[in-house]
Amino acid sequence: MKPFTYERANSVEAAAKAAASVQGARFIAGGTNLLDLMKLQIETPTHLIDVNRLGLDRIEKTEEGGLRIGALVRNTDLAADTTVRRDYGVLSRALVAGASGQLRNKATTAGNLLQRTRCPYFYDIRMPCNKRKPGSGCGALKGMSRSLAILGVSDACIAQHPSDMAVAMRLLDAQVETMGADGTKRAIPIADFHLLPGETPHKETVLNAGEIITSVTLPKPVAGTHVYRKVRDRASYAFALVSVAAIFGKDGTARFAFGGIGAKPWRTAEADAAASEGAKAVAQAALAGARTTEHNDFKRPLVERTLASLYRQQEARA
Amino acid sequence: MTPVELTVNGREVHLQLDPRTSLLDALREHLKLTGTKKGCDHGQCGACTVIVEGRRINSCLTLAVMHDGEQVTTIEGLGTPEALHPMQKAFVVHDGYQCGYCTPGQICSAVSVLEEIKAGVPSHVTENLDRVAFSEDEVRERMSGNICRCAAYSNIIAAISDVAGESKA
Ligand SMILES: Cc1cc2nc3c(=O)[nH]c(=O)nc-3n(C[C@H](O)[C@H](O)[C@H](O)COP(=O)(O)OP(=O)(O)OC[C@H]3O[C@@H](n4cnc5c(N)ncnc54)[C@H](O)[C@@H]3O)c2cc1C
Ligand code: SF4
Ligand code: FES
Ligand code: FES
Repeated sequence: MKPFTYERANSVEAAAKAAASVQGARFIAGGTNLLDLMKLQIETPTHLIDVNRLGLDRIEKTEEGGLRIGALVRNTDLAADTTVRRDYGVLSRALVAGASGQLRNKATTAGNLLQRTRCPYFYDIRMPCNKRKPGSGCGALKGMSRSLAILGVSDACIAQHPSDMAVAMRLLDAQVETMGADGTKRAIPIADFHLLPGETPHKETVLNAGEIITSVTLPKPVAGTHVYRKVRDRASYAFALVSVAAIFGKDGTARFAFGGIGAKPWRTAEADAAASEGAKAVAQAALAGARTTEHNDFKRPLVERTLASLYRQQEARA
Repeated sequence: MTPVELTVNGREVHLQLDPRTSLLDALREHLKLTGTKKGCDHGQCGACTVIVEGRRINSCLTLAVMHDGEQVTTIEGLGTPEALHPMQKAFVVHDGYQCGYCTPGQICSAVSVLEEIKAGVPSHVTENLDRVAFSEDEVRERMSGNICRCAAYSNIIAAISDVAGESKA
């Protein structure tokens, strides 16, 4: 690991200011992604700003009837929160489908949203990777791409967004609340938060230098059956090949978001609109524009089958 | 060097550490508490599991400086050879290991798993999110972050179930 200096921030404002003024500074929350990448020298911050004790670990109701989730709320606590379990079941389900008990005890709301791809070439510093080293090429395009994305990809990068939690957040139309280095606050709809790779896969979100995530808000609960189905190589403790977050309403309507297949958590209005026509139609709509490789083409039928399985389960419930 | 104060197994310790030092290395290299093991050093195997402020975490993926002022419990703090923790005893009785390398992490994890179930923390296999209860499936899922190269899994489950039964009685 490269040497770095360390400070514990005293306030959100101070953290944002410090992050913008020190070249190479980064926030550290749970550390479960950042430290992993620092050990491999994929991330090489010169200064770490610890944001763990800033009081950003609360979950509270919003005036609009939704929920405000502090950026530092641990994944375990968010999944176990009684309001989340009752009103936002899909979020609990997505959280507990990710990582391990130990990791979820550390992993935070903000850190989870910002976790980086699990592309094997991104992780191997001897390999070309436009995301890790802009302009070096993409090792995955003609390489092992089994786990990688088929939607939102570009010629420069086909990395998948690995988060389970973010898929549920996308389904629920969450907003990411931040504070900039100059103290300005903004709320970013999660649909706009993550960037598609295009020509610049190293730019992953719309966050500016020093901008700190303070919380994530959820709108009023969406009624219906909340489900999260994750398909992976092992029954537990593995990243998604395909995952589907869904809420099935009583009237035959439904909404869907997808993990494992997109350069970012994936959701389309067309897929939701096809809900009453069943799994095949939803899959077709969701996969519009999909671009696969020889190794990850299996994800197309897998999306449809995962949806079909959810529909069947839903019919059995009705 | 950064000063770090920890309470490890009930004992206050004062360290001067390079900020890069993981909690795992602080425990093993600086405090010579070598019960906690390093397997992957990347959060993948669970051998380094310790209990910090009452919660199990991977000590390899966290910096010691981030835990200034906190309470850490390692396998050495759970029990002693003369007075084993019930979970340690159950692992011996049920042969919950072969080489023993993963065992400290398994035991720290197992102790926390039973507490998490009691506290109502749901898991991936919890059918009804409002009804969290002990079952072997729950234990299997919740222990998936602890890999055992010797595959002592079935005996590990037996040991944990035994302790869960005891604590219910
Ligand atoms: C073995 C293993 C298996 C895993 N399996 C899964 C899985 O199946 N599904 C899944 O979804 N995830 C999985 N994960 C990833 C895990 O969910 C993430 O590592 C975790 O959520 C990151 O959160 P953190 O708080 O530890 O982030 P950190 O590592 O602390 O930070 C991550 C990034 O976010 C930035 N950051 C943190 N907080 C803020 C803030 N408040 N404002 C602005 N920037 C911030 C940091 O600077 C850093 O760039 C796995 C991880 C491991 C190691
Ligand atoms: S897919 Fe993206 S992350 Fe993977 S090697 Fe190509 S550029 Fe890098
Ligand atoms: S050594 Fe920490 S998880 Fe493997
Ligand atoms: S007992 Fe040998 S690794 Fe588990």
